[in-house]
Amino acid sequence: MRFVSPEAYVKSIVASVQDYSLLCARAVGDLFSRPRYVADMFTQMDSIGAGSLPIVVLTGFFTGCVLALQAAVSLKEFGAVNMTGELVTLSMVKELGPVLTGLMVSGRNASGMASELGSMKVSEQIDAMRALGTDPIRKLVTPRLVATVVMLFFLTIISDACGIAGGAFVSVAMLKLNAATFFHTGYMSLAHGDVVEGLVKPLFSGFIIATVGCYYGLRTTGGTSGVGKSTTQAVVASSVFIILTDFLVTQLMIGFFGR
Amino acid sequence: MAESVLNPLMQEFLSSGKPMVEFKDVSIRFDGPAVLDSINFAVMHGETRILLGPAGCGKSVLMKLANGLLEPDSGEIFVFGRSLGEMTETEIFEMRAHVGMVFQESALFDSLSVENNVAYRLCEEHVAPETIHARVIEALQFVELEKAIDKFPSELSGGMRRRVSIARAIISQPDLILYDSPTGGLDPITSNTIIELIVKQRDVSHTTCLLITHRLQDAFTLATHRYDAVQQKMVSIPDGGIDPGTKFLVLNEGKIVFDGTTLELTHTENPWLRRFIE
Ligand SMILES: Nc1ncnc2c1ncn2[C@@H]1O[C@H](COP(=O)(O)OP(=O)(O)O)[C@@H](O)[C@H]1O
Ligand SMILES: [Mg+2]
Repeated sequence: MRFVSPEAYVKSIVASVQDYSLLCARAVGDLFSRPRYVADMFTQMDSIGAGSLPIVVLTGFFTGCVLALQAAVSLKEFGAVNMTGELVTLSMVKELGPVLTGLMVSGRNASGMASELGSMKVSEQIDAMRALGTDPIRKLVTPRLVATVVMLFFLTIISDACGIAGGAFVSVAMLKLNAATFFHTGYMSLAHGDVVEGLVKPLFSGFIIATVGCYYGLRTTGGTSGVGKSTTQAVVASSVFIILTDFLVTQLMIGFFGR
Repeated sequence: MAESVLNPLMQEFLSSGKPMVEFKDVSIRFDGPAVLDSINFAVMHGETRILLGPAGCGKSVLMKLANGLLEPDSGEIFVFGRSLGEMTETEIFEMRAHVGMVFQESALFDSLSVENNVAYRLCEEHVAPETIHARVIEALQFVELEKAIDKFPSELSGGMRRRVSIARAIISQPDLILYDSPTGGLDPITSNTIIELIVKQRDVSHTTCLLITHRLQDAFTLATHRYDAVQQKMVSIPDGGIDPGTKFLVLNEGKIVFDGTTLELTHTENPWLRRFIE
């Protein structure tokens, strides 16, 4: 481990925050002017959305299963096993669906973006792109940003649905509860605010995954080992930011909707 | 580039007799000592400027500065008579449309086939697909690689990658070509093929170019050979003649140690330079 003076350390952090903010601002700004790389957006949507579908379905389903098992144990003590549906649905829609999907997609795609852009950076392909008259932010970052935000939104909905299905499966098959009761209590427990909260979170997570992944990719230096380092940093940073913003958004939504 | 011939500003500039590229007191440093320190030189229209110097002396950095890929810490760089520091980003992209660049490690896009790599710039400029295909074929024929059109960069040898990279740089018929170590890491025979291509490009299109090489041999081949359009190959200039447009720039430790013609270089008195060229 190398020690640097506190001053240099703080300066480097401030510089990183500035670079990151500039990248985000330019990536969003490029949406509003030509040229737009629409074909690249669809390619990215395919790789991020369709590609992440299996892991999102599986994690969502099994999270729902576990949630039902755990909930039933606690609820039994109060003689409220019938409320399993409510608990599973609320937890999935408000919290676990958005966060787990964000984390899974971050592990898969923030790393993918960081390593892809990082390899392009160290092999001078990014410079070549600029030399050939293309702005790499416009061509590489903006399509990934749009694709991740859009696809994460839908992936979260799928994950919520799979989680509820998983909870229902465990409740019916193992806890011998009534499926209709499960879905009914679950459905009735959801208020407008819960759904909004659950759907706003992926927008933030998607933004974080794409921008953090691309940021670490584009600032890669130091050859192939540098690519490995950027990839790790991108996953760590985006996961931490996802959980942090999850906390902030939850707090904000409690302020708005009072629950 | 076909468009640039029609571009009146560019035509006017070319006939004005001003340098194509000019560095004035340019310095740049990363962490550590200055990589380039008060560099001054100019490249005139039609000139082939060969950049020599030991590894790590800042040749690639100089070339990236000339294309606006890096910004100098101090000093001014003029390309086609305009200061890069005063241009907006859009103007720099427009300037780059007149510049072809061959990178040290080829820098082909891994995810695109050879055809799409070479066509990249034309696709960005929204040229009609049929025209693009015809011009890609033409550019690949120039580098004698038309059979590799459907391959991917990972399937090519080092020399082939370098040739695709040259095809990508010349497809838009730029007014200035920057070659960063086009023969670096290649065997002598492949190197020769590449140098022959560069001589051909120089003598067929009379494009101004800036070329980095660490092989002195290549530099002297460039200075003493020309492309014979009848025999369709590179021949040495008769009677020990030297190409008048070929000039040299030698860098060492961030400073220019030599700036002049081939004859001046071979007759230099500077002891470091003598050791370097021998
Ligand atoms: N982007 C960069 N960041 C930090 N240092 C760099 C960068 N590019 C080049 N350098 C440093 O500048 C010096 C000159 O590099 P370069 O121009 O690639 O040398 P060469 O003459 O062999 O082409 C080297 O010491 C290199 O470490
Ligand atoms: Mg170099």
